[in-house]
Formats: sequence, C-alpha cells, structure tokens
Amino acid sequence: MAAPDLRTVGGVQAALAGGRSVTEVVRRSLDAIEAGDGPLHAFNLVSRDAALARAAALDAAPANAPLRGVPFAVKDNICTRGIATTASSRILEDYAPPYDATVIARLAAAGAVLVGKTNCDEFAMGSSTENSAFGPSRNPWDPDRTPGGSSGGSAVAVAAGFVPFALGSETGGSVRQPAALCGLVGLKPTYGRVSRYGLLAFGSSLDQISPLAWTVHDAALVMNVIAGHDPADATSSPEPVPDYTAALDGRLAGVRLGVPRHLLRDGVDADLLALFDQAIERMRAAGAHVTEIELPHARFAIPVYYLVATAEASSNLARYDGVRYGHRSPRSDTLRHLYDRTRDEGFGPEVKRRIMLGTYVLSAGYYDAYYLKAQQVRTLIRRDYDRAFETVDAVALPTTPTPAFRLGEKVNDPLQMYLADVFTVSANLSGLPALSVPCGLTPARLPVGLQLIGRMFDESTLLRVGDAYERERGPMPPPPARP
Amino acid sequence: MPDRLTREEVERIAALASLELTPEEIDTFVPQLAEILEYARAVQQIDTTGVPPTSHGLATSPVDREDEPRPSLDRDAALAAAPDGAPDAGLFRVPRVIG
Repeated sequence: MAAPDLRTVGGVQAALAGGRSVTEVVRRSLDAIEAGDGPLHAFNLVSRDAALARAAALDAAPANAPLRGVPFAVKDNICTRGIATTASSRILEDYAPPYDATVIARLAAAGAVLVGKTNCDEFAMGSSTENSAFGPSRNPWDPDRTPGGSSGGSAVAVAAGFVPFALGSETGGSVRQPAALCGLVGLKPTYGRVSRYGLLAFGSSLDQISPLAWTVHDAALVMNVIAGHDPADATSSPEPVPDYTAALDGRLAGVRLGVPRHLLRDGVDADLLALFDQAIERMRAAGAHVTEIELPHARFAIPVYYLVATAEASSNLARYDGVRYGHRSPRSDTLRHLYDRTRDEGFGPEVKRRIMLGTYVLSAGYYDAYYLKAQQVRTLIRRDYDRAFETVDAVALPTTPTPAFRLGEKVNDPLQMYLADVFTVSANLSGLPALSVPCGLTPARLPVGLQLIGRMFDESTLLRVGDAYERERGPMPPPPARP
Repeated sequence: MPDRLTREEVERIAALASLELTPEEIDTFVPQLAEILEYARAVQQIDTTGVPPTSHGLATSPVDREDEPRPSLDRDAALAAAPDGAPDAGLFRVPRVIG
C-alpha cells in the first residue's frame, strides 16, 4: 500500500476509509513532529500519550464524526484541560487550565485528535513569533525567515506536514499573515462567529479563533465544527451556521471584487504585487467582475489598531497578578511587590510595551485624544467597507506587504513590526470575515497570500471565491524538504 | 498635552500598570513609546465630529440573558493552579495586607 497523503483532511479521511487506523494516522503525525520539529519549533508541547489514548478510543468505537481521526494542533493561548497553556509566556509557564475552550470541546466531539500546543508570540502580541518566551519558530520555506505571527507555530505545524489543520487566533492578522507567509489558507471569521470561551483574551473586541489549513475546503470543514453560538461567550452570535462546504461550487462568474489600488502604491514588494495582480487577472478571466474601490480611512488602520488593541490588552492582562495562577515573584514581601514584581518577571518586552501603551492611552488626560478618537476612526474604517459592499461582494488585497522577513530583521523596531499587519488589521477593527489563500511563490520561492474580505457573516462567499481561485491556480507545492 | 513623553511619565504609567520596571527597561521604553505615540497621532488629524465610537465589531449589541444559577468551576479545580493556594480554607494566600 502506498504511503497515504496525510497533509490534508481529505487525505486523512481517504486513508481511514481505506482501512488505516486512527492510531496509525496519529502516530504518523506524532512521528513527523518528533523527526522534524527540532529546528522549526512549531510546538511548545506535544501531547503524545493523550493523543494516542484518544486515537485508541476512536479505533475501539468507530463512529461517524466529521473530523474523526484527524490530528490537529492548537495555538498555546487556547485552553486545554490539564494540558499546559502558556501563551508562550513565562507568567503562565506551568499553567494547566481546569477547563477546555469551546473550540477544543467541539473538535473533540467531532472526532479530531489534539497532538499538541503551538508556539506563538507572547500573548499573541507580535507578527513573527520572535516574542515567544520559548524562542522563535522558523519558516519551513526558509528557516532563516520567520513564519509570521502571532500564530506562527500553528502555521509551521501545517506547512511542515505535521498536522492537516491547526487553530490560531486573530487580533490583527495573526492567522492570515502566517498563513500567507507559509503558503496556507487562513480564515479570520466574522467577530462573534466562533466562541472565544477559553481563548486567553488580548483585545476582546477584536479577538477571534481562526483555522489554518492547506486548502479552502479543509478550512470550511473545520469551520463547520467550530462556528456557532456558545452561551459561555456573550459575544458569540446566534446567527445560523450554514454548511460551509456546500458553498464550494467552483463558480467565479458574476462575483464582484473590489481592489483598493490606492493602498498598493507604496511599500509593497514588487514580486508580491505581481503575484497578486496575476491572481486578480486569473479571477477576472474566470468571470469575476473586478473594479477599483476606495477605502479612504484604511491608512489609519494601524494607528487605530495599536491604540484600541493595546488599551484592551492593558485591561485584559491585569488578571496576571500572581494570585490565582501562573508565576509569582519570590520577592513578594508585600502585596504591591507581589503584583508589580510578578508582572515584571513574568512578561516579556513586547507585552510590557503594549501594556504601557494601553495604560497610557486610557489614562486621565489622554483618553479622548487617543482612545476615543481611535474608536471614532474605527467607525469610519467600518463605514468605508459598508460603502464598498454596496457595489462589490468582496474586497481583494494582498495579505501582507512583503513575503516572509528574516528572523531578527524587525524585532528591535516595534513600529516596523506593526506595519507588517497593514493589510489585515482593518478586518479585525470592522469585525468582517477575511480569508487568505496562497497566490504563488516569489522568484525566491517564498509564498504570498491573496486576501479576500467579505460582509459580516458571509464566510460562504469568501470560501466559494477562495476555493474557485484555488482551482484556477492549481495545487500549491509543499515547502522544500531539508536535511 | 506635552509634546514629548517624559521619563517621569513612563514611571507613572508603569505604576498604574503594576509593573516594576528596571531603569534599563524605562530607558528603552521612553523613546519607543514616544515614537509609537507620535505615529498614532495621525488619527488626531481626522475630523470625527458627530462620529459615534465603535467599541466592538458586532453587528448587534450583546444580548442580555436571565441570571440563572448554574454549576460552575469546582473550587478545588479553581485553586489547583494557584501559586499559594489554601484549599482547606478555600482561599488564595497573599502577603499580609493590613496591620
């Protein structure tokens, strides 16, 4: 029997249908991680024994479940009961949550098998995984480069072929950006579409758990399981969940795409822009109507994002105080020192920088000039999209301004790092769903992404267009094998 | 509003944020935060007269629900991860606060 292709959910399902056991599939995933993850550092933790026990249980009781036997990985800021959940931070280094996030419970009920927790920027704050307290992840396409972030480990786990899908989290592009830089599909669902219960909060009005996979079809399969209302998350939406795979009919004819060309004049890599234009041209040739649109306030998205997200972060991260869980400073002689020293010892530089910035913009005397102003401009950014959606079905942009950058290139310049999110943050600020689909390799053999932003709760259109584009594009190659 | 973020201001913010920063960290943060804030000032040029603030991305406001008692996390489980829990008393222990 030929070795089955376990890179995709479809491949795993075919292998299981062909008589392979879940244990065999899961063991293959675990062995691939053991053999290949050393230099890449996708994982903070591999839950080998739990995964094999779960696989054996699934083999013993064959049942129909949509993701039965499919191995997956989860970003280390999503709670897993009894399995360490660190957010790649010293402050939670030994923390094992007493409960599962809703997405974990849903995936378990759907028969998927968790194999481990993936590396990320500390508390999801960063665009390269270099802010992880446990060291950076590396891009399988070029190990001298970052996989992007903050969900970089999840992207590496899929791109390296360790698991067919993974979950990450988005606050400003933290799934779409690493998906683009690693040659994967990443979908940021509409705010409220997927429960945030059990996701360690960063920017509560922006955060959304998001899948990464090889294909749009696989991302749709995962969305079918994780989307939907959850009483444990007051911001989760009661909007009915469609069958996302049903939308994948391969049709581009009549789809109206808007391209905000004015955002692409400066600061966009020429090779990347050529691939983006090629993708747009391909879709046009297949029947899509492409028009130019204006998003007049989009250029303010980064400053607005860094005011809003840091303000929310400074509030959310107040809970890490050394009392209920996580690190406590050994120099805690008074309650004040317990708080202040625990936090100084436990948080890394970027997290402190953002807490400081957020505290500043919320403090008396600055609130109106920064935070309130940013919230008002946030309204204008959303209105730009509402206006665009009067004439188009989706907005198309590159996912990132450049292909994967080198490790160390931006880590000492916070502002430059923030600009890596220039095309992704506005979907989070607006609450809109957004999909990144690979649109080819640069001459340096680095993948880049085509991004599609859609109407609220209209993931189906994005997935349909993304899938149809994928069929036009043809299969993406996996990253080169390295010694 | 002052034109430039001062060292004293960074120290004041650190105290508000419950962060005991080292002098070296403060040295790093003063110029970095000043640079980021300078960049963020771009938003202040925009006329937002009469524009309501957006505080979340939801299409509709969060829905209220009845306040019905339901089982929640077991107390022992909640205390299990505490750096200095006192499960017998059902409490988290901290340094003496009063007296």
